[in-house]
Amino acid sequence: MTMAAAAEKRAHDANLDHLKRRQTLTVGWVLIALAIVVALVFGVESGGNATFRLATRTDAFPMPNLAIPAAPYAYVIAVVLAFLGARQFVRGAAKTSSLFFGIGLLLTVTAFLVWATAGKEFSLTGMLQATVIRAVPIALGGLVGTLCERVAVVNIGIEGMLLSGAFTGSIIASVLTPLLGAALGGTAGLIAAIAIGGLMGLLLGALVITFRVDQIIAGVAINLFVLGLTSYVTSQVLTTHHELNNAPIFPAWNIPFLSGIPVIGPMFFQQNLFVYGAAILIASSTYYLFHTRMGLRARAVGEHPEAADTLGINVYRVRYINVMIGGMVAGFAGAWFTLGSVGRFDMNMTNGRGFIGLAAMIFGRWHPVGALAAALVFGFADALQQKLAIVQTPIPSEFLAMAPYIATIVLVAGIVGRARAPAADGKPYVKE
Amino acid sequence: MDIELRGITKRFGSLVANDSINLEIKAGEVLGLLGENGAGKSTLMNTLSGLYRPDEGEILIDGKPVYFQDAKDAIRAGIGMVHQHFMLVPVFTVAENVVLGVEPTGALDHLDLSKARKQVRAISAAHGLDVEPDAYIEQIPVGLQQRVEIIKVLFRAAEVIIFDEPTAVLTPQEVEDFFGIVRSLKAAGKALVFITHKLHEVLEVADRINVLRAGKVVGQADPKTATESALAEMMVGREVQFRVAKAPAKPGRALLEVHDLSALDERDEIAVDGASFTVHEGEVVGVAGVQGNGQTELVEALTGLRSMLRGTVSFLGQDITKASARARHTLGISHIPEDRQRDGMVSEFDLAENMVLDSYYQEPFSRGIAMNWAAVRKASVKNVIEFDVRTPSIYALADHLSGGNQQKLIAARELNREVKLLIASQPTRGIDVGSIEYIHKRIIEARDAGVGILVVSTELDEILSLSDRILVMFSGRIVAEYAADKVTLGEIGLSMAGVPTMGALG
Amino acid sequence: MSEYIKQETVTEQETKLARPSAAGFDVEQLVIVPVLSVVVAMLLGGVVMLLTGVDFTRIGQAYTALFLGAFGSISAISETLTAAAPVTLAALGVALGFRAGLFNIGAEGQMIVGGLASVYVGFAVTGLPIFIHLPLALLTGAVAGALWGALPGWLKAATGAHEVITTIMLNLVAMQLTTYLLRTPLMQRPGRTDAISQNVLPTAQLPKLLDWIDPTLRLNAGILVALAMVGILYWLLFRTTVGFEFRAAGLNPSAARYAGMRSSLITVVVMALAGALAGLAGANQILGVLGRATIGFTAGAGFNGIAVALLGRSHPVGVLLAGILFGALEAGGRQMQVAAGVRIDLISIIQALIIIFVAAPLLMRAAFPWAFRKNLKARG
Repeated sequence: MTMAAAAEKRAHDANLDHLKRRQTLTVGWVLIALAIVVALVFGVESGGNATFRLATRTDAFPMPNLAIPAAPYAYVIAVVLAFLGARQFVRGAAKTSSLFFGIGLLLTVTAFLVWATAGKEFSLTGMLQATVIRAVPIALGGLVGTLCERVAVVNIGIEGMLLSGAFTGSIIASVLTPLLGAALGGTAGLIAAIAIGGLMGLLLGALVITFRVDQIIAGVAINLFVLGLTSYVTSQVLTTHHELNNAPIFPAWNIPFLSGIPVIGPMFFQQNLFVYGAAILIASSTYYLFHTRMGLRARAVGEHPEAADTLGINVYRVRYINVMIGGMVAGFAGAWFTLGSVGRFDMNMTNGRGFIGLAAMIFGRWHPVGALAAALVFGFADALQQKLAIVQTPIPSEFLAMAPYIATIVLVAGIVGRARAPAADGKPYVKE
Repeated sequence: MDIELRGITKRFGSLVANDSINLEIKAGEVLGLLGENGAGKSTLMNTLSGLYRPDEGEILIDGKPVYFQDAKDAIRAGIGMVHQHFMLVPVFTVAENVVLGVEPTGALDHLDLSKARKQVRAISAAHGLDVEPDAYIEQIPVGLQQRVEIIKVLFRAAEVIIFDEPTAVLTPQEVEDFFGIVRSLKAAGKALVFITHKLHEVLEVADRINVLRAGKVVGQADPKTATESALAEMMVGREVQFRVAKAPAKPGRALLEVHDLSALDERDEIAVDGASFTVHEGEVVGVAGVQGNGQTELVEALTGLRSMLRGTVSFLGQDITKASARARHTLGISHIPEDRQRDGMVSEFDLAENMVLDSYYQEPFSRGIAMNWAAVRKASVKNVIEFDVRTPSIYALADHLSGGNQQKLIAARELNREVKLLIASQPTRGIDVGSIEYIHKRIIEARDAGVGILVVSTELDEILSLSDRILVMFSGRIVAEYAADKVTLGEIGLSMAGVPTMGALG
Repeated sequence: MSEYIKQETVTEQETKLARPSAAGFDVEQLVIVPVLSVVVAMLLGGVVMLLTGVDFTRIGQAYTALFLGAFGSISAISETLTAAAPVTLAALGVALGFRAGLFNIGAEGQMIVGGLASVYVGFAVTGLPIFIHLPLALLTGAVAGALWGALPGWLKAATGAHEVITTIMLNLVAMQLTTYLLRTPLMQRPGRTDAISQNVLPTAQLPKLLDWIDPTLRLNAGILVALAMVGILYWLLFRTTVGFEFRAAGLNPSAARYAGMRSSLITVVVMALAGALAGLAGANQILGVLGRATIGFTAGAGFNGIAVALLGRSHPVGVLLAGILFGALEAGGRQMQVAAGVRIDLISIIQALIIIFVAAPLLMRAAFPWAFRKNLKARG
């Protein structure tokens, strides 16, 4: 490198540093702005205490209620936010900028929660428990998306796959329960749901891999097809034959000893098969993708299918297998909506959760555990919206319902630039 | 292990890529397979390595016929191929790439990476192929990546190793290293096939040479006695002119003045490092160099597609350093892009639409926002006839043209306008000899009409035959300038490797 | 003598080269595949009916009612075209996106926002004559849709956020917005507690076209708006520089960039125009058909628009024909529900199957090789 060019590179790098500095300062201003909002809106208006019940009947030892005076809490948070914001202007803040931004957002959310609950009370533990429950379909949806995109198949059809699992699980379970009893009937329904999911995965695979349909169109088509079919059967048959829409619900299984821990116990160890199943699926998928031979091959197919091909790996078969596994996971996740939740099928009951799962996959950076973390955030927002709608907060419930969607947009726009999808994502592989 | 290919025929639709080919590959010997682009060398070797199944003919190993269902069968039989475009997963490590497909595993399909690392180190030590097993492919240089490909092949106990254009991206020094590796593999008893179109290389390292042309074996040669021109003649079937007949150049005023241009590449590393040169009216300036020394980024900076870190570019005295691509185009700078399929044309557009791809917004092709398709039609017909683009209609899709005709289309577009400076990047890559000759002819004609031409090419023959002045690029810098009629191949080769020569600049 | 012959040959050559190539209109792709797809989809629909306990006679009744309800009378044709107009407009929005390489799945949300904006202007702005009020209401709908489309477009251009996710999210936001707005005093009809808007004033309603024949015929001027947009989109895509840029950017973004086209600007403009078309569809639905807004007033036309755009191969004329087909299915479907008791959701299944078959021509070729001359093999 010549001297002149080296100097220019330093200047260029300095420019990048300058940009980073601007970003850091922007975060600082945002935190300060949040501090002002929290102080003025959440602090000034509210009176009374926000009471969060933490204890549940199953706790090993009783937990006191968390009573937080609303206004003072808001002021305290505002001060902390202002401090964090001011900190951004100090040298060396850039390194921990993202971390403290995240913390600041978290604190703002707690301030909001306290403000919205001022003068009322609800069970925080219950809400956290609901968070985990609501995160399940989203985390699993994200896992489905990850498994498919890791082999370079974009799966927009997760929504349809979930719906097919929900529908099949409910119908089969409803039909078999009178004959086999709830436990076997429900299990049969679950198995049927997983099988149908696998079939949907096979369909997507066939369309995309063999017939080389554009992946997004194939996904949209699957969604429309499943929605149409399930809606038709629901309105044509299920409304008159109620016995076909009466499925058992998998009960919660309390894990001995662990379920007695306050707050944590109800959150993680008093859930039903679907929550435990989701945890197992996420853990095993992570092991599969990053520590096994088949996982290495799958990722190779997603990153550089031609290289995999020349090494004797059957690209088509690997894609089919992974997409079908993804489909089976989707079938399981779909069954949660009926067999894990309400015990009957309603038209379009997945209501966009599949797409939120895709968003979770993206900001989980195509990693099963990352998708889980993102799903928990969404689950929290969802549970929060439900709770606050009941508690009658000043904000209309529709806006609270919008929050996860807007959060998705913001995060997809903010993060996608930095993360990277598997290199061959979206492209069909054509063997010469 | 000895291989014999008997009567191999492979068709793709109506194209016969391999036509009844007979070939022998013997252990402890290097077979040079010579042929130009499209002669069928890669197809033949892909058939041998199991990627294709032959339509007719058979493969014999040590006299016994074998049938390969897929690449795996060939690998198991001991046939290994080092591809021209590396088959490496960029985000995986060296070890992961080497073991992919034959991974060591433990319980529950667990991937045993520590065992993989040990095995890679063992092969490295045995054959002098040093490379760090945990390095990520996307972070190691091209020469090392090639070593990974060789380790891959040795890991699978290959007895036959096929090298497809292995020196395309290597500097002359790296090429010498590579030849050393070839000789040591030969001494170890492997049978080696060396596919190339570079005459001097095959003469240096092969024991026997087979020449392919249009899908057939047209001749065999002994490197000890064969000459470059004889081989070239077999390759193209007639006497090949190494230099295009041209009158001496009459350069006019300065057209393009580049001063201290520096630019970064995709990875934010310095790609062009203070390049300075001038192109005059009526001359052809050739930029030689091994692929990857900043030529691509230089051209992008000159055509306005890449921002410059420092330096200035002026055109006829006007500073265009910050001008947009379209502004430069309007000033009279034409560009034939390096990757015609990706950057030069829209395959699903017809010829007429492609003909106005970068001038549709100008009169007479449009007025305001309304397109004037009649004018487009007229200009397209004229260009197609003039440049002899073989097509049934100007409304045929560009995709249906052969590579050579596509390039002629683009050349027609760029030359038949108000052009003052033409920047041609790899203008004849991957096209048939007839089209190459035609485009070279048109370039010289443009030069004689006063157009300034900058040709950037990795094909030295092209540079030598077209240029009046030759610049050599190495590591992002212009390291040498030569007068085309006085320089030798050896001097240029040394400059390309960064070795200072007598004729070089400071 | 020889020069004379050479000149002759050159002119002959010129004429031959300039002859519009028949290769442009690929009969198999544009006619055979869609027709086969519709036929097979309807057959499979019949199978579904069988599986849900509908016997053969009723299937016959159902399909007869479908056909009659779509084309069997003036009233049927009126209903078909009334249903075709909004879905065609929405599909034009999706098709424009496809042409530029963008997946505008957000037509539904853009339609909702357009409808809400136009209903507001429709009842809140008073004292204007129809030739100002109506265009104003339509324009407001288009502008609202344009904004709802420009946002994901801008996000894609600025941050690379994939428009499939952002448009789907905005769809969901728009649906929540509807529920909220229709219960506020701003929009809610006085005296009602359900989510329903005030009625659009007569000066903002799209006039009925056939009520001089029979006052019950619902066909409104919206179909004329749709036809006009078909023409304008055709002109835009194939006769203007702007359309040329859209198509180039959609087919090969690298080459478009090389040719000096600014892809960021194209992305935003295309999404805005696409949103405007979908917004117009929403306005059409409100001002021409319903006269007021309720939850779900779009009747899923935004989603159907995706199917129609695919079926119409993203070509304005194809979209129009496909839109009429979908309008026919809807109008006929309603009749089928009444006459044969088969739920209208069956139509959704048929529509989804049509998309799958049209999008996978290789599937049709593999299943019906006798219908095709050229046979491309499927792989894998």
